Amino acid sequence: MEIPRHWRIRKQRYGLVGEVCPHCEAKLFPPRDVCPECGKDAREPYHFSGRGEVFSFTTIYEPPAGFEEYAPYTVALVKLEEGPIVTAQLTDVNSKDIKIGMPVEMVTRKIRTDGDERGMIVYGYKFRPVLQEA
Amino acid sequence: MNQTESQPKDLLLKPNRAVGIVGYGAYVPQYRLPAAEVARIWTDGQAALPIKEKSVPGLDEDVATMSIEAARNAMKRARIPADQLRAIWVGSESHPYAVKPTSTIVAEAIGAAPHIQAGDWEFACKAGTEAMVAAIAFVGSGMANFAMAIGMDTAQGRPGDALEYTAGAGGAAFVFGPAETSLAIVEHTYSFVTDTPDFFRRQYQKYPEHAQRFTGDPAYFKHITNAAQTLLEASGTRPSDYRYAVFHQPNLKFPQKVAAQLGFTKEQIAPGLLVGNIGNTYAGAAIIGLTAILDIAEPGDRILVVSFGSGAGSDAFSILTTDAIRERRDLAPKTKDYIARRMPIDYAQYVRQRGKLTIK
Repeated sequence: MEIPRHWRIRKQRYGLVGEVCPHCEAKLFPPRDVCPECGKDAREPYHFSGRGEVFSFTTIYEPPAGFEEYAPYTVALVKLEEGPIVTAQLTDVNSKDIKIGMPVEMVTRKIRTDGDERGMIVYGYKFRPVLQEA
Repeated sequence: MNQTESQPKDLLLKPNRAVGIVGYGAYVPQYRLPAAEVARIWTDGQAALPIKEKSVPGLDEDVATMSIEAARNAMKRARIPADQLRAIWVGSESHPYAVKPTSTIVAEAIGAAPHIQAGDWEFACKAGTEAMVAAIAFVGSGMANFAMAIGMDTAQGRPGDALEYTAGAGGAAFVFGPAETSLAIVEHTYSFVTDTPDFFRRQYQKYPEHAQRFTGDPAYFKHITNAAQTLLEASGTRPSDYRYAVFHQPNLKFPQKVAAQLGFTKEQIAPGLLVGNIGNTYAGAAIIGLTAILDIAEPGDRILVVSFGSGAGSDAFSILTTDAIRERRDLAPKTKDYIARRMPIDYAQYVRQRGKLTIK
């Protein structure tokens, strides 16, 4: 049971909430309270837009424990428009259609279940191809 | 006894101060199961198809994730900070947890927690509109300036049952606020409820039971007709006073029939009649039709919305769009954008995505 661990990071997981450095304006994700750019204190919450592009990706056919029911799925490095690169699953997309540079947007989805079907549902950010206008 | 005529004209529900829809947002998952696929498996392709296809949630989607996306769309149109919301209420018959609110997950995800009311509503397919009436009252009483109500479902249908053709996934979120800030004013509402067990799901059961044709006349048609007629009579309006109308849509036949009986034309109901392409989204069914109408409505258009929930009851709303509709509707994806985002799946993939495969 890892309920406290999931609960502690729910804001960054659900809504892509990181931090902005008040000294050099760098946007940080995940939040780490110290700016990696200038080394100063950075604790101001920052809501990322959720827009970015695929920097690199790989498709998982042999998933780690807890993710079996979702395989195969694709994990990508997503370069957010504000700068940081985050690791996340891609969703609502066929792996053969994914390309480096593809524009994506953040959605909140089920990540896994903590333990078996009796466990808490862990939600968090994933990225999907940008929704097109009809 | 005719219940409509025997009751006084002051049945309309009206808040103390004028309330309107400040923002709205829809969500439909991208997967589609053609009804012909269900017929292929269970009737050798011989069944009459009640719709073309239904929406199916992905493996990582549930009512919480779908509500979050609809809520985000509604907040984009509302253009208010999330901490201005004082309630998030989610109506559904497929909440992910038996005990643990969906609404707190939505509130946290859109940044509305912690100074907020949050709760889950349950009334079969009218859980969403029940939450909407409460949100209108919450704002209308002055207790809150802004409140969000959501109707969202990932509906269940027993394999091979008639409901499996139509039980879809999707819904909508609405932010209610003072009428002067709204894109559509809620003129009045009326609700009609009786104890009618036409459809139900007992504790710990995976699939609902329904009473075949009993779900028609004594349930769907009686409640929608009474709710709509009472609202029309008590408000002194006629079907011709409405530019659009949307009725709960469990299939294509029922809403078209009840609309004709009440005196509404095919043109009035066409923009909100989505069931043929996304299925019956249960608590989201009537109100996702409303989002499609708001996407195209002009200022001054009057809209009738009548939900139906088994068990049974209907909520009726008369809604009048304002000038703000023109600029706000383009601030978030339209309902048709989600309907056009379409990935067809076969029955095998559907069985996997809906958890009907036992792998341990």
